[in-house]
Amino acid sequence: MQPRQTARNALLALVGCCFAHSASADLAWVSNEKDNTLSVIDTDSLTVVKTVEVGMRPRGITFSGDYRYLYICASDSDAVQVYDTETGTLLHNLPSGEDPEQFALHPNDRTLYIANEDSAVVTVVDTQERSVVGQVDVGVEPEGMAVSPDGKWAVNTSETTNMVHWIDTSTNELVDNTLIGQRPRHVEFSRDGSTLWASAEIGGTVHVIDVDSRKEHKQLSFKIPGIHRDRLQPVGVKLTGDGKYAFVALGPANHVAVIDANSYEILDYLLVGRRVWHLAFANDEQLLLTSNGVSGDVSVIDVDELEVIKTLRVGRYPWGIAVQP
Amino acid sequence: MSHAKLGLASYWYCFRGVLLRELQRFLQQRTRFLSSLVRPLLWLVVFAAGFRAALGIAIIPPYETYITYEVYIVPGLIGIIILFNGMQSSLSMVYDREMGSMRVLLTSPLPRGWLLLCKLLAGAIVSLFQVYAFLLVARLLDVTPPAIGYLAVLPATVLGALMLGALGLLLSSLIKQLENFAGVMNFVVFPLFFLSSALYPLWKMREASEWIYWICAVNPFTHAVELIRFALYGQWNSMAFSVTAGTATLLTLGAIAGFDPGRGILRRKTGGKPG
Repeated sequence: MQPRQTARNALLALVGCCFAHSASADLAWVSNEKDNTLSVIDTDSLTVVKTVEVGMRPRGITFSGDYRYLYICASDSDAVQVYDTETGTLLHNLPSGEDPEQFALHPNDRTLYIANEDSAVVTVVDTQERSVVGQVDVGVEPEGMAVSPDGKWAVNTSETTNMVHWIDTSTNELVDNTLIGQRPRHVEFSRDGSTLWASAEIGGTVHVIDVDSRKEHKQLSFKIPGIHRDRLQPVGVKLTGDGKYAFVALGPANHVAVIDANSYEILDYLLVGRRVWHLAFANDEQLLLTSNGVSGDVSVIDVDELEVIKTLRVGRYPWGIAVQP
Repeated sequence: MSHAKLGLASYWYCFRGVLLRELQRFLQQRTRFLSSLVRPLLWLVVFAAGFRAALGIAIIPPYETYITYEVYIVPGLIGIIILFNGMQSSLSMVYDREMGSMRVLLTSPLPRGWLLLCKLLAGAIVSLFQVYAFLLVARLLDVTPPAIGYLAVLPATVLGALMLGALGLLLSSLIKQLENFAGVMNFVVFPLFFLSSALYPLWKMREASEWIYWICAVNPFTHAVELIRFALYGQWNSMAFSVTAGTATLLTLGAIAGFDPGRGILRRKTGGKPG
């Protein structure tokens, strides 16, 4: 294993040089859907430093505002679990409704919006009272979930109804819908909150929606030579804070698309592992991590160079990634 | 003491002479340089594009992540450059012997082993030009190894070229006539190339057939390619180095022992008489 060791040292040195003055090491928490575990990656050494057992079929994961508590959608346990990263213990379960898959935490650091795939509702949970505040009826098979940076909107996508549902967070009522491509999977607000990016898995498209008018502003589709268009299934979307790039995970096409977030030009396709699902930034947005479900690994993209620098093994079917600075 | 110094200087003088001659020959044969570039580029652009999707997905050292087939075959194509050069220099050796220019070289008072070693080294250095030209074009085609790789690949290429040059030299001592050279292509170059890790990873070979896998695994050309592959990504592979260096030493010793400068002349002297 001499070469590997050398490689790691070389990479460490390289990463060290590049990031010495700006970024610090983060911990990336990856939910392994089939293993019922979380893999924890040190984003400096790019190695798995520990593995934690959690509930059944963990998928969506997100941190509390202070990055101490990790909320985990344990889909087959029908619960959102709260994990204390300081003591390394599962504290309690939150009521979540059936089969929670994705969720989003309101900027108030208290209200959690949970998409319940099987029951066509979004459940609103108060994480302090540990109680359900309300349930909002949405389309069939709700999936993607996001809250706008100003906290005004909670947005949900429903896979079968092909819509983006706009929930007013002050009343927890559904106020508008935007029809987009087939099987919308994920939604992501730009940092300034002016646009919403939504991926449509079967449609093979990404829709950029103007938040004020709630109308589609731009539709993007993808093309990779040698890969059939049916395999181009956009899922995870991430936007850089400086508004420069959008990254879209293309599922079984095993590539991440790099898009100029201003001109909407597709700049590149980066080869990663099989069935790339979700994305997360680390080290002050210098790295982008991708969860590759079928190949059971995480690819690491250098955001400045737009280059995949490493792929490391995690558990079976990695799904979500949450980064703790 | 002064004698030893004089000796060293003359060794260097001899090496310089052989190297300059090889370089001059290389510079004069522009088509040879071009064809040596076109060959690997055809593989890279046409063959690799066709096989892009066919290669299964697995991360193998020295790669840290998933790679396209183009990226995979670049070290193998460096291998084919030095392989063809090795064979070409063996061809030129047969030619030199037939034309008598080798005899002029061999009139040097220096040991024959040194003369042959000079010839090998000069051939390896000529290969470097072609390898770097190829890497430059490959870079334009989006095969971008790290900067350190471009430096580390130099000694790896020289060692590989020495090994294959020595093989060519040994073959040249076995080939009786220039015309027999075509046989070398069929029975040496192609098997060495195709039964190696140059075009497909060894695990892929193993899926197809266990015995082909073993042939590939013991093929010294595989180890030369792997040494280059690891070097290109700034990594060290002791196994590949040992096999390549060991084989290079054995072949060089064999070539020096087996080299018979008189053969061409002898054949002409005796061959003229009726049977």
